[in-house]
This record gives sequence, C-alpha cells and structure tokens, in this order.
Amino acid sequence: MEIRPYGDTLHDGAVQMSFTLPVPMSPEAKEAAKQLVHRMGFQSVSVVHMADAGEGFSFMVVYAKTDAMVDFSTISVPQVSAVQLSFYGVNAYIRREIGRKVVVLGACTGTDAHTVGLDAIMNMKGYAGEYGLERYPEMVAHNLGSQVPNETLISRAIELGADALLVSQVVTQKDVHIPNLTELVELVEAEGLRDRLVLICGGPRLSHELAIELGYDAGFGSGTLPPHVASFIVQEMVRRGIK
Amino acid sequence: MGKINLDEKKIGHARSAATRIALSLQEFIAEHTTVAVERTVARLFGIDGVDGEGVPLPNLVVEDIVRGGGISRGAAYYIANACVALGATPLQVAVQVAEGRLALTTLPREQQGVEAFIAQLAEIALQKITERRRQREDYLAEHGEGRQPYLYVIVATGNIYEDVTQAKAAVRAGADIIAVIRTTGQSLLDYVPYGATTEGFGGTYATQQNFRIMRAALDEVGQEHKKYVRLVNYASGLCMPEIAAIGALERLDMMLNDALYGILFRDINMQRTLVDQHFSRLINGYAGIIINTGEDNYLTTADAYESAHTVLASQFINEQLAHLANIPDEQIGLGHAFEMDPDIEDGLLLEIAQAAMARQIFPRAPLKYMPPTKHMTGNIFKGQVMNAMFNLTSVLTKQGIHLLGMMTEAIHTPFLQDRYLALESARYVMNTARNLGDEIAFVAGGKIESRANEVLGQALLLLQEVEKTGLMEAIEAGIFADVKRGRFGGKGLAGVVKKAPDYMNPFPALLASRHLQTK
Repeated sequence: MEIRPYGDTLHDGAVQMSFTLPVPMSPEAKEAAKQLVHRMGFQSVSVVHMADAGEGFSFMVVYAKTDAMVDFSTISVPQVSAVQLSFYGVNAYIRREIGRKVVVLGACTGTDAHTVGLDAIMNMKGYAGEYGLERYPEMVAHNLGSQVPNETLISRAIELGADALLVSQVVTQKDVHIPNLTELVELVEAEGLRDRLVLICGGPRLSHELAIELGYDAGFGSGTLPPHVASFIVQEMVRRGIK
Repeated sequence: MGKINLDEKKIGHARSAATRIALSLQEFIAEHTTVAVERTVARLFGIDGVDGEGVPLPNLVVEDIVRGGGISRGAAYYIANACVALGATPLQVAVQVAEGRLALTTLPREQQGVEAFIAQLAEIALQKITERRRQREDYLAEHGEGRQPYLYVIVATGNIYEDVTQAKAAVRAGADIIAVIRTTGQSLLDYVPYGATTEGFGGTYATQQNFRIMRAALDEVGQEHKKYVRLVNYASGLCMPEIAAIGALERLDMMLNDALYGILFRDINMQRTLVDQHFSRLINGYAGIIINTGEDNYLTTADAYESAHTVLASQFINEQLAHLANIPDEQIGLGHAFEMDPDIEDGLLLEIAQAAMARQIFPRAPLKYMPPTKHMTGNIFKGQVMNAMFNLTSVLTKQGIHLLGMMTEAIHTPFLQDRYLALESARYVMNTARNLGDEIAFVAGGKIESRANEVLGQALLLLQEVEKTGLMEAIEAGIFADVKRGRFGGKGLAGVVKKAPDYMNPFPALLASRHLQTK
C-alpha cells in the first residue's frame, strides 16, 4: 500500500513546515524560502507567513506538497518483544516465574542532569496513572538520580545485586549520549556482568533500534510507562534464565 | 488583583516557623567555611588566571593552604601574610604558589600590618562591586526598570559567541532578561573554568570572560532598544560563592542561587552548599543581584497538585535565609512553576490559586515563574497553547520574572524561531490581558480561595514539622521533591571545614554591615 501525507484529499501530499533563514525579512528572503523548499523536492510551495525574528533572521511558515510515497507494507520497526503486563500482572509473574524480588537500578548517567524520564518510570507515584517501579511489591527499585558516573552505577549494581539497569539519557545534543551509553556496555562486559544483567536505556531521542545497536537489551522512547519497562525486564530475565 | 481571603494568622505563623528554621541553620553555617568560600576570598583579593595546565590560581592557593593544614584559619590571613612578608600583591603571591616556589603556611607570622592589609584588600574588592552596582543603577535611571512580568529567555548553544547572536535576536524580539544556561555538569566542577569558551553540552561554561562578553553584548543591544537587558547565570553547584563573586564583578543582574536545589537535584552535600549559599547570598545582596530560588524544580519530580505546599514552605525558608544574608525582598526571586497535569479539570484554577497566593504572601518579591516542562511532549502545537495559559496566569497574577516556555521543550535546546514564537505569544497575551488582574475578584469560599488556603495550611504544618526536626533532618527524610539526601552524603563534603578560633574572613561582616542603598 503506497502512502503519502494527507491534508484534505487522499494522496495530496500536504506538508506544513517552518524554519528560520539567516537573512533579514524581505521579498528576497521569501523567494529564497520558496526556492529552498522547492529544491527539497516539494511542489506547490506557498510561504504563508514571514516574520522578522531579529538580528538579521527571518522566520517562515510554509505549506507545500510532496510527490514522495512509501510502500507501507514493506515497513518494519524493531520493537521490544514482551507481552504487555499490568502492575498486578508483573508482580504475579515475578512470584510465579522468578520467585524472588527483582532488583532494578535506575540512573541518569554521565553529565546528564535531567531525571524527568527516569522519575516517571521509577518514582513511587509513577506517571499518567501508572505506579512507578518503586511501588512494585516484587521489585526492589533504586533510583540513583542524576549525573551518576558509569563506574558508580556498576559498583552499585554489584553491591545491590542488580538484575536490571535502567539508564536515562535526555541531553542528546551533539550525540553526547552515544559514547556514554557505549562506555557502560563496555564496562559491564569488562566486569563479566553482561549475562547477569538486563540492560535498558531510555530517553525522548532513543529508540529500541539504537539501543540494540549499542548493545542494550531494549530501548524505550517517549510515552513509555512503568509497566512497559517492568514487563520487559521480567520476561527477559526468564528468557535468559537469570534467577 | 482582587485579594484572596487568606488566613493571615497562618501566614504569620508560617513565616515565624521559617525564621526559626533559618536561625537554627545559621548556627551551623557560622561555625564553618568551605574551600569554595576560601577560593572566593582569593578571587575577591584579585587572584585570577590559570597555571600551565589550566588549573585556576584560586584553587592552587587554597589547595596549598589545605596541604599546609591551615585552611581552618582562612585564606585571607595566609594570602595577606605572604603579601606583607614578600612585599607582593595577592596575584604575585598566587603565581609563586602556582610555580611551586612558595608554600603559604610555611611563612612565619608577620608581626605587623597583616590585618590592616586584609582590610585594605577587602575595601578594594567592595569598591569594585559597588562600582558595578552603580553602573546598573545608572542604566536603570536612564532607561527605566521596565514592566513586569519581565520576559526571560535562555540561550544554551555551548558557544558564547553563538549565544550572543541568539541573545541579541531575542532582545530584538522583546526579551527583557537573558540567561546563559551552563553546560551540563558544571555544577559538579570544583573549580570555575577560565576564558572564553565555545564548547559545551546543553549550555555554555560559566566563566568570567564569558560573563564579560555577554554583558557587553546586552549593554550594546539594550542601548539600541533603550532598555536595560538583565543578565542571568548560576551561582550554584560546588562553586556557588565564587560564581557569585564573578557575577558581582561583571554586573550580572540575577543569579540562580538555591542550596536546596543543589542538594536535591545535584546531590551536592548539604553542609557544603548551605555554607556556600550564605556567603554567595551576602555577595549577591550587596551587589544588587536578584537571586532566583529553585522551588519550581520540586514539581518536575513530585506531583504539582500534591506537592504544592512544599513549594510554599520552601519559599518561606528561602526568604528567611535570604534575609539573614541581608538580601532585601526586592532581590528575592522566589521560584514556582506552572506544572499541573493538563488533564486535570480546573487545572488553570489551581495554577491561578498558587500564583496569586504566592504574590500575596510575598508582596515585594519579584517572583520567578517557570513554564510547563513536565507535561510538555513532542506535540509543539499543544505546548504552545499550554504556554499561552501560563502567560495568561502570569500577567493576571502579576508575577515578576516570567521564564518563557518553549513549545519545543522536551525536544531540543531552543532554536532561534522557538524563542521568537514564545516571545511573540507572551507579548500578545500580556498585552491583550494587561490589566485583567485588576478587574477580577475571587469568589469567597470558591475553588481558588479554598485551594490557596488549603496549600497555605499544609505548608504551615510542614514548616512546623521541619522546625521540630531541623531542616537537614527534613531533607534526610525526603520531605522536598520526594528526594532523600544524607547529611554526610553527596559531593563536596571534603571541602567543609570547621573554623578555628583565629579564623579570618573580612567579607561577611563588611557585606552584612554595609548594606548599599539604591542611589
């Protein structure tokens, strides 16, 4: 099935976009915006708004149409393969299949100081009506907070007997998160812990695909709720025989 | 704005509980110093620069004194003693220390002139700061104070020169205040980086040279637009008082300054940062710098509805700690935030209740109002509407410092157009609803009034509890932001030192006794 964006008619290819040009607002700036969008491959380009954004910059709002199409039937996205369990389901699963408390450590590692994502998964109160892992009676969840060096995370993991590590990375400017996430995997492997640990990373700019590529077991992006992560951890432990 | 009928007795009780909490903390603070406080003294004595490996001279001087076992006596004495003994300036002494030619603690005590020299150095430092303060007052006399809520935007490119471009564009689009966000991780550096910098992540290093570059740019663009553009940076983290001193010397106008924030969110040791905070606030107060406190952050981890009272309780404590550092109400930018879950029915009423209540309880403080962040998603269109509601609440309740929400919050550090669109929206909302607050009265016993009184009542109970246990114990119990921190945990504890009986630091007494009057 071939598809393209939909505005008000099937296959019209309508797209809205906005951007800034590093030239002052002028009829020439508007024309430049139009030509640029045309060169991006769009048709019927219409610059509907232009404003002076200060300091020699102009802001554009543009509508245009694209001829591009993709065959939707060929699309496949690697996804976390775990049966989605509820809060109660996860705890029952642990009692039944693992028979002891599951120890989870979470941290924003490296220089990252943004704990909002980690807190949404870990905090007792949870997020969007779902309890966080700290509330799971069959889990022992430790939120180590922000700016935790990878070495510290690992030494705490050994000390607390962790089954799973959750690493949150929010600041991804200039790809600062990649070397940091890679380093953790290398350290875990160097310590000989890889087989015993479920390694998970999360953050608004992280995908499952990237996580796998970096050597993690799963990656979770925006919109993830605590039971998504918990379901994966417990099923992965059972799959790999971590007991 | 039509006043909310708040229980004045409870406000009074809450304030006096906060006073007692602050006073009991002050006993601990007065007995201690830190390596950061002593480095600040070195900086105020004119020691600046780095050695061949980029280590700042103030660090080398203080490390030398620590090594010699003299830090409990304070850096002022050792620096001045060496100056008198060698007939040198503090900077010359520091260079000798850096080159390994001098160990400050090995010099014999000079019989005469050390105390007089300390007094002289302190006087020179205060004169420099006074001069900067007078400059600001001259600008404000020329262009006026501007109209609140001040529109505050951040720049965070990592490159100070790129920051200048973005800041100037923002001023041309209507910004009143520019904050240069620090690079991620700077709060945990136990030194202040040096020179102009062009590399940072999620922000730009706070250095004296970077402050100078941005100050000059804002003065220039402000002059063109006939307004005084205020500059913000962070006197927080492990170098809190040093950066306060640098900010005072480079005429910053506002500094984020909140020990509780560092304790809870950066895991900085509480003893360290509470001692650091007091000295930094003395400097900020004297320099005419408005401090911004970080209560808004509590609501990014804890729930805004359930934890609203922790914000108010912390505001009371921060107000009293600031008073103890001689900061007048007009320089206390207490923080709070618009962070209710957008799915709550009447969430806007709850926000108005909180904002109007804070306005009424702290009538002279330029409240720092923070935009939605926690519930911002990648849906920039909904985000822009949430920010508009925030803008409306701010103008309605007469907030002082209005930190603009970006529709791309949770996506990236702001693009130029994000800031432009945020400014355009804020200018529109605040203009179209400019005097709405004066036309509105709250229904007696209505939802807003009841909510405000509920939060006030809970804050009072919390303050009474904290008064009983002590603030440090309350933090250990996880009362604020659902985060627990131990008194002996966190970063920077090794830099806390009990003062010896012959400890000397000329600044606290001078800064506290000579409160500058605005011209």
